[in-house]
Amino acid sequence: MAATAAITTTSSPSLVDTLFQRSLDDVIRALRSSPSSASEETVISRALDEIRREIRSPDLDTKSVSLQKLTYLSSLHHLDLSWAAFHALELLPSPSLPHARIGYLAASLSFHPSSTELLPLATHQLRKHFAPSPANPPALAASALHLLALASSPDLGRHLASDLLPLLSSQSAASSSLRAKAVATALRTLAVCPDVAPVLFKPLVDCLSSSDPRTVSAAVGAFCELALAAPDPFPYLPLAPEFYRLLVDSRNNWVLIKVLKIFARLAPLEPRLASRILDPICQLLRRSHAKSLVFECIRTILSSLTDHEEAVRLAVDKVKEFLSSDDDPNLRYLGLRALSMLESAHPWVVEESREAVIKSLSDPDTNIRVESLHLIVGMLCESNVVEICNLLNKYAMKSDPEFANEIIGAMLVTCGKNLYELILDFDWYVALLGEMVRNPHCAKGEEIERQLVDIGLRVRDARPELVRVARDLLIDPALLGNPFLFRVLSASAWVSGEYVEFSRNPVELVEALLQPRINLLPSLIRAVYIQSVFKVMSFCFISFIEQIQAVELLSVGGSTQRSEKNDEQSDTVPLKTTESNVSEGDHGDTTADTVLLLDLIDKKTNFTRESISDLMNLIETAVAPLSECEEVEVQERARNVLGLLFTLRETQFWNIEAAHELKSDKELSEIIELLEAAFSEELGPVSANAQKRVSVPEGLNLNANLSDLSKILTDYDLTPSASISFSLQSYNPQETKEDSVLAVEPSSLLAEHRKRHGLYYLSTQRDGDELNDYPRANEPLLPVDHGDATEDLVKLTTPSLVPRKSKPTKPRPVVIRLDEGDGTSTSHLTTVKKSDNLLSEAIRGVLLENESQPSLSGKLDTSSKRRENDASDNSELISQQIESVTLEHGNSSSRKSRQHRTHKERYESHFKNEDIEKSSRHSIKSSRQHRRHKHRQRGDVTADIVPQTPAIQDFLL
Amino acid sequence: MIHFVILLSRQGKVRLTKWYSPYQQKERATVIRELSGLILSRGPKLCNFVEWKGYKVVYRRYASLYFCMCIDQDDNELEILEIIHHFVEILDRYFGSVCELDLIFNFHKAYYILDEILIAGELQESSKKTVARLIAAQDTMVETAKEEAGSISNMISQAM
Repeated sequence: MAATAAITTTSSPSLVDTLFQRSLDDVIRALRSSPSSASEETVISRALDEIRREIRSPDLDTKSVSLQKLTYLSSLHHLDLSWAAFHALELLPSPSLPHARIGYLAASLSFHPSSTELLPLATHQLRKHFAPSPANPPALAASALHLLALASSPDLGRHLASDLLPLLSSQSAASSSLRAKAVATALRTLAVCPDVAPVLFKPLVDCLSSSDPRTVSAAVGAFCELALAAPDPFPYLPLAPEFYRLLVDSRNNWVLIKVLKIFARLAPLEPRLASRILDPICQLLRRSHAKSLVFECIRTILSSLTDHEEAVRLAVDKVKEFLSSDDDPNLRYLGLRALSMLESAHPWVVEESREAVIKSLSDPDTNIRVESLHLIVGMLCESNVVEICNLLNKYAMKSDPEFANEIIGAMLVTCGKNLYELILDFDWYVALLGEMVRNPHCAKGEEIERQLVDIGLRVRDARPELVRVARDLLIDPALLGNPFLFRVLSASAWVSGEYVEFSRNPVELVEALLQPRINLLPSLIRAVYIQSVFKVMSFCFISFIEQIQAVELLSVGGSTQRSEKNDEQSDTVPLKTTESNVSEGDHGDTTADTVLLLDLIDKKTNFTRESISDLMNLIETAVAPLSECEEVEVQERARNVLGLLFTLRETQFWNIEAAHELKSDKELSEIIELLEAAFSEELGPVSANAQKRVSVPEGLNLNANLSDLSKILTDYDLTPSASISFSLQSYNPQETKEDSVLAVEPSSLLAEHRKRHGLYYLSTQRDGDELNDYPRANEPLLPVDHGDATEDLVKLTTPSLVPRKSKPTKPRPVVIRLDEGDGTSTSHLTTVKKSDNLLSEAIRGVLLENESQPSLSGKLDTSSKRRENDASDNSELISQQIESVTLEHGNSSSRKSRQHRTHKERYESHFKNEDIEKSSRHSIKSSRQHRRHKHRQRGDVTADIVPQTPAIQDFLL
Repeated sequence: MIHFVILLSRQGKVRLTKWYSPYQQKERATVIRELSGLILSRGPKLCNFVEWKGYKVVYRRYASLYFCMCIDQDDNELEILEIIHHFVEILDRYFGSVCELDLIFNFHKAYYILDEILIAGELQESSKKTVARLIAAQDTMVETAKEEAGSISNMISQAM
C-alpha cells in the first residue's frame, strides 16, 4: 500500500527506491571501501541524495532506514541533521518499536533546545510515551526521557514536568531503571526551567530515601549537580541529614563521591556540619581502596575542611602516596593538583613535598610539568627567589619551546606581582630579564618590554644596570631575528636613550642603535630607536659643553660666572626669562658644587672634539637615508635628528676652546638651554588618580549650568576664527623665532608643557617620602632551603642541611608606588559576583513553603507517614537532641531561619548528640522568633512561586 | 556532569559522539578537530587528563580506540576513568570481545548501550548485569517487532 501511494508524484521516491533501498550496512561498506577522502566525499554525497529522496516516503520502513543512514552520517561525518528533524518526529508515533527508537535516536542527536522550532510538536508524543501503560515498553519511555533530557527547552519542561511525576514516584521494581532516568531528566528540566521546582523538587527529595539503589544514586547525582551549580548552596542545607545518612551507610563508591561533593559545598556554610562529617570522611579515606573515592575525600578535606589539622594531615599523607606512585602519571598529576589547592592555606604541605614537586618538573608529561611549575613558582619568597629563578631560567633554556615559555611567563608574573614585591635585588632581576630574552624560544616579549620600562620608571637604583642590560640586548645581533622580541628591543632602545647618563660608552650605543640590521624592525620600533639616537646625541653634546665649563670653573673657580651668565641670557632672550631661570636653578644645584661636577666628569667618557665630530658624522650617514623613509614616524624623527645636527653644525661650536667663548655664542647657548630643558625633567609614572589631586582653581564653578552657553556663543559667533587668524599672523614675532627652534625639538614642547602644568604631574621629589609608605613585601612563606645547585635539578632536591635565610646584602631599593590603586592590574582581584539564581530561589521557596505550613502535614503520602511515625517516636527523645544540626540556627542572624520547631526536632533526631536538655527549651523559643522573622522574609523571596501544599516537611527528616 | 562523549580511532576517525550539553553542529566539528589534535598526539605513558577550554577531557585508549569524556573542572577524573572502563566492559560483554568494526556496523546499538549507562550526562546504571539484561530485553522486543513487520510486508507484497 505504501508503494502505490509513492508513485503519484515525480518528486516522491519511486517504488524502485523503496524496494531496492540500500541499507545502512551497504552505506557503511561503501564508505569503508572508498580509498581516499575525496572518494569518501562522493560516497557521502551520493548517499545523501538517496536519503533526501527516500526520507519523504510515506512508508515508515523506508523512512526509518533512510533516517538511520542519515543519523550515522551525521554523527560520524558531521553532516547537518537538522533538516530531517521533522522526519524524525514523524517516526515517533509509529506503533513499531524499532521505528520509534530510530526516530528518538535521530531526534536526540539533532534536537537542540534553542535551534529547533519543532520541539512543541513533540510535546504530545512525549507525554504519551511517559504515561505508564502496557502499550509503552520501558525502552520507549526511556528514549522519550532521554530526548527530553537532551532537548529540554523552558517551554517543553514546563509542559511536561507534571508528566514526569508518575515516573518519579513509581515504586515497582520493574520501572526502577525508568525512575532513575526520570530523576536525571527532572534535573535537566529543573536546570532549564526553574519555575517547575515546586512540582519536581519534592519527588526528587523522596528519591533520596528510596529503597532502590539506582534511584538513590541518580537522585544523589542530581542533587550534586544542583548544589554545585547553585551560586549559593544554602537552600540545600536542610537536606544534610539525608546526605549524612548516605555518607555513613552507602557502600557505592559512585554515590559516595557525589555525596562528598555535596558536603564540600555545604560544609563551609555550617561549622558544626563540618565537624560532624569529618569522622566518616577520614574513615573512608583510611579504608577505601578505590582511588577515585580516596581522591574525592582528599579534595573535600583540602577544599572545605582545612581547619581540621588532623584530617589535613591524613589527606596530605595520601597525597604523598599519590605523588610517589611512579607507574601512574594520573595519580601524580592529581597529587600535584591537590597540593596546589593547599598552597595558600598550608604552605608547609607544599614545602614538605618539595622534592617530589621539583622532580616532576622533568616529567615527560606536559600537564604534570605545568602543575609542578605552578607549585614551584608558588613557593617563591624573598629569600629564595634568586636561586629558584636562576635555576628555572637555566631549565627553560633546555626545555621545549612551549614549556620554556610557560616557565618564563610564570617567572614574569610571579616576580612582577604587586610591584615586584618579591624582588630585593633589582640588578639581579634586570639581568635575569636580559637572560630570559636570550632564550631562543622566548615569546614573552611584550611582558618583558613592559617590565623593563616599568622598572626604569619606578626603580631609580636599578637604572645603571638596566642601561647595561639594554646595551647588551641592543648589540646582540641574534635578537633581531626573533619577531617576538622586537618589543624588548624597543624597550631597550628607550631605556638606553632615556637613561643615557648611566651609559659607559654612548658612542657605542649610537652605533648599536644605528646598525644596518635595524631595517628588520617594524617602523614604530625604528622610530623609538631614532628618538633614542636623538637623546644620546644631545646628551653627548651637552656633556661636552659641560666639560668645557668645568675646566673653566676649575681654572677660574668662580661661582660669580654663573650669575653673570644668567644675567646675560636674560638680556638676550627676554621672552624666556622665567623659564630659563627655572632650568638654570635646577641645574645650578648640580653645578654649584664643583667637586660633584668633577666626579661627574670622571665617570663619563671624556668627549673630545674629534669624538663628537665623529659621532655626528656617523649619525648623519646613518640617519640621512631615513629622512626619505615612507613611514611617517620614522621619517619625522629622522628629520628631527638631522635638524638638530645641522643646527649644531651651523654654530661656532667647532671653534670653542673655553667656556667664556661659549657664552659669547648666544645661539649655541640657546640650543643648550633648550636641550637641557628637554631632557632634564624625568619621566615618571603618573597615577591613575592624579587628576583628583588637582585642586579646583578658585572662582571656577564646575557645577554651573551651561545651558546659557548657546546664547553666549551666538553673540560671539565670529570670535574664534578671528583669534586663530590673529595668532597665525601677528602673534608676537619673537615667539615665532622660538617656535622655529621648537620645531627642531618636539620634546622641548613637552618639557615646556610640563613646566607650565607641573601641577598635573607627580613631582619626582616624592620618592623620598614613598620610602616610608612602601609596605613591606608579604611575609615570607616559609624559608625554603634549596641547595646551591645551579645546573642540576636533582641537586636542588637534596635539601641542604642548614636551612638559611639569605640575608639581602643591600637594602631593597625604592620602588615608586603611586597609590593603592596602582598595580592592581597585576594583583589578583576576584570579585565574586553572585548572580541571581532562579533555581536556588525556587528551591528556597519550596523549602520555605512547607516549613511554614505544618498544618498540612496530614496530607502525607504513605512513605512519609511511615517516617512521621518515626518522627513522633523521636520527638520523645527531644532531650537527646543536639543543637548542632539546627543548621540555620545558632549564631546567624543573617541566615534566615525557617525551621519549624517540630520539624527541627525530627530533623535533628538523626544525629547522636551531646548537649541537650537546656538547649531544647531555648531553641523552641528562638525558633518561634525566627518563624516570625521568616514570615516577614517570605513575602519578597517567594512572591513569584505558586503556592503549593505538599507537605515537604517530611523530607527533612 | 559529562558534557560529551567521543570515540576516536587512532587515525582520528570519529566512531561515536554523544552530546549532553547543547552544541551546534559546527561547534561539534570544531570540538572534535581540536580534541583529536590534542589527544592523539599524546604518548602512551602520560596522564589521561587534558585541560581544554576550562574543561577537563578524560580519555583512555582501548586497542585502537580513544574514549574521551569532557567534564567540569571540579568533577572527579578518576571516577570518569572508571565510567569509561565500565562502558567498555559492557560493550565487550555485549558484543563478545568488542572491536572497532562492531561499533562501526552496530553504531545505533552502541548508542543504546551508552544511553543505558549515561543519561543527561550522569551515570545511571552501575551494574553491568542490569545493563546487559535491559539491552537484551530491548533486542528481543525489536526482533519480534521486526518479525511481525516482516510478515505484514510479506503479505502486502504477495497481495501486489
